[in-house]
Amino acid sequence: MIPRATTIVGGRLVLPHGAPQPGAIRLAEGRIAALGAITPEPGDSVIDAGGQLITPGLVDLGVFAVDKPAFHFGGITRAALMPDQGPPLDHPARVRFAAQSGKPDMWVHPLAAATRGLDGTELAELALMRDAGARAVATGRRWIADSGVMLRLLSYCAMLDLVVVTHAEDAGITGSAVATAGEMATRLGLPSAPAEAESVALARDIALAEVTGARIHVRQVTTARALDLVRAAKARGVRITAGVTPAHFMLSDLELADFRTFCRLSPPLRPDHDRRAVIDAIADGTIDVIASGHDPRGPEDKRLPFADAEPGMAGAETLLSLSLTLVRDGRIDLARAFDLLAGAPARLLRVNAGVLQVGAEADIALVDPDRAWIVSSDRMAASAGNTPFDRRPVEGRVTALFKGGQQIG
Amino acid sequence: MQPSTPPSPAAPPIRRDYPSGALAFPHRDLTGIGHLARHEILYVLDEAEQWFALNRQSQKSVDLLAGLTIINAFFENSTRTLLSFEIAGKRLGADVVNMHAATSSVKKGETLIDTAMTLNAMRADAIVIRHASSGAVRLIAGKVDCPVLNAGDGQHEHPTQALLDALTIRHALRLPPGSDLNGLNVTICGDILHSRVARSNILCLTALGAQVRVCAPPALMPAEIEAMGVSVFHDFDAALAGAQIVMMLRLQQERMQGQFIPSPREYRHLYGLTLDRLARAEPDALVMHPGPMNRGIEIDSQVADHPTRSLITQQVECGVAIRMACLDVLTRRARAVPGWAQGAAA
Repeated sequence: MIPRATTIVGGRLVLPHGAPQPGAIRLAEGRIAALGAITPEPGDSVIDAGGQLITPGLVDLGVFAVDKPAFHFGGITRAALMPDQGPPLDHPARVRFAAQSGKPDMWVHPLAAATRGLDGTELAELALMRDAGARAVATGRRWIADSGVMLRLLSYCAMLDLVVVTHAEDAGITGSAVATAGEMATRLGLPSAPAEAESVALARDIALAEVTGARIHVRQVTTARALDLVRAAKARGVRITAGVTPAHFMLSDLELADFRTFCRLSPPLRPDHDRRAVIDAIADGTIDVIASGHDPRGPEDKRLPFADAEPGMAGAETLLSLSLTLVRDGRIDLARAFDLLAGAPARLLRVNAGVLQVGAEADIALVDPDRAWIVSSDRMAASAGNTPFDRRPVEGRVTALFKGGQQIG
Repeated sequence: MQPSTPPSPAAPPIRRDYPSGALAFPHRDLTGIGHLARHEILYVLDEAEQWFALNRQSQKSVDLLAGLTIINAFFENSTRTLLSFEIAGKRLGADVVNMHAATSSVKKGETLIDTAMTLNAMRADAIVIRHASSGAVRLIAGKVDCPVLNAGDGQHEHPTQALLDALTIRHALRLPPGSDLNGLNVTICGDILHSRVARSNILCLTALGAQVRVCAPPALMPAEIEAMGVSVFHDFDAALAGAQIVMMLRLQQERMQGQFIPSPREYRHLYGLTLDRLARAEPDALVMHPGPMNRGIEIDSQVADHPTRSLITQQVECGVAIRMACLDVLTRRARAVPGWAQGAAA
């Protein structure tokens, strides 16, 4: 049975460029069949958007758990799953299983572990994992310390034309640090490392990407100095893209006061001048992707002394609302916001989605950009409520979600 | 510079008007010096004077805390602090129970919160906690119903050590009760990075008006510590010039992951306090050390055992008095002392 086509009318279409355009969108056979000044075809089911935004479903590049209720709440139709699972995604069979794990109402794109066991020493079977459904390769939560391994990884992935998602923190500098060196960490007595741990790691990875011609995506760039390196590398033509999560453009290390473990993140929160540099880099195009880094953690991982707690935050639900603050502040427009949240990650993963155009997969969200709500860590859709944004009022909420033309939320 | 009150054996006590009742110390817990105002620090110091006097009598105990249970929960090894808290509690007449992490269910994988809830359910009237993680004491304080005293949390704070050091200095300089340490030059030297004693002392001494210098090799100096109101030195001789108090810290070799210094011998060469080095400070400068000492590394025996310059045993003596004062003040609400029964903020 072929499902009926759907036409959503009376909305404002968020297109790749320019201001939202009043119009309608028709979803048929899982794809966007038409959009703009169109009317429903006979037999279509018709949905009235009531003036809300019609946007691409978000493509969340780099989540640590498949958490459908949270993804649906946040308007995420595709999530690239980090290889840091138990056991790691370092084997083709596990990748194949993970790629199926979201069906039918969610796309999960596994990221293959770059090295066996994510240990940073032996290359994993990357081509077999690619053919099993891996959309990219990732080094995981950690940096690959051995530059020789990284060089061989990047040259191999350049041959396979797989993007390598890296984590930029020099492990020798960070050691067991849980905070960025500075007044806050000093006052709290927390093990800390200088922010340069990021730029040192990034400088090496950029040099190796340049040598090998590989595509690298740095999942989180959070310091002014590292962003300067990305900016310069892009200007030289290095095939590098950069991402960030809302925590690093909304929060600074002042949040660590009172040892709030929900603010224990990896990389750690930075001083405020770095936070402002991240916003500037989003505005000037140095940062390509905003992702949630969704990593739900229960009390057994978080209700501990700060340095003993696990890093990570549940971010899927707040990703869109927090990103829209940049639009409200006039730093980016809506079209660019959805490129950061959907278009650019879809291009990185080479999936035909993340953008409203005829022929693309019909992954669509209806968004009320002005709807106000309050983040509450004990009433989250996610499997755990570890958000540093607890009790923060935000605006913008997904009211309906379609995957492959079918309404899923 | 001299302290605002010149040292004199006959100096009369400075009368300070503290807020009445619980307003003098409106905290349920003592988790750090960082939460305390200057007058609250002075209040505890002044309260300790009576216990200091009592401890020098042959009859050393009172029944002030009779019937109260104090649990010393030490998740990290300690000899002197644990003993000091135990003696303080017992001299006040409380029932004191010690829980050592080595023999507790913590070893069986119980989480810190579960342990805290267990202690709470046993209806302790005060819990004294030492833990290896910064912030652990505050975490427990948020989960239990009784006052919590921080006996050292990771690299964060060790408030009773700072209070006893301030009391020791006041006694050594013969400053009367009520005095602050205005204008006093204090040099703290050693492993500042890993030291909770340094952090609490910086907060306490600067709150009392002292000029604090910190001295350590760069690898053992925390970032941006100037923001805490201290001046930073790497050259020990320069840091000693003009110092009236020299506080040496223990080289915490067990906390050091990786190499922070080439060798203890080399550390002694640059930062060990010898009699020769001490001569670079003020002529009558006094030496302190929170213990336990690494003799021959950060401090030479001739300095540590110096009959007139070393305050190390006086620090231990003041420690008991300070801990008695803290236990007394923090249990006043539970004992329904007039003026303290209600209204004390959490």
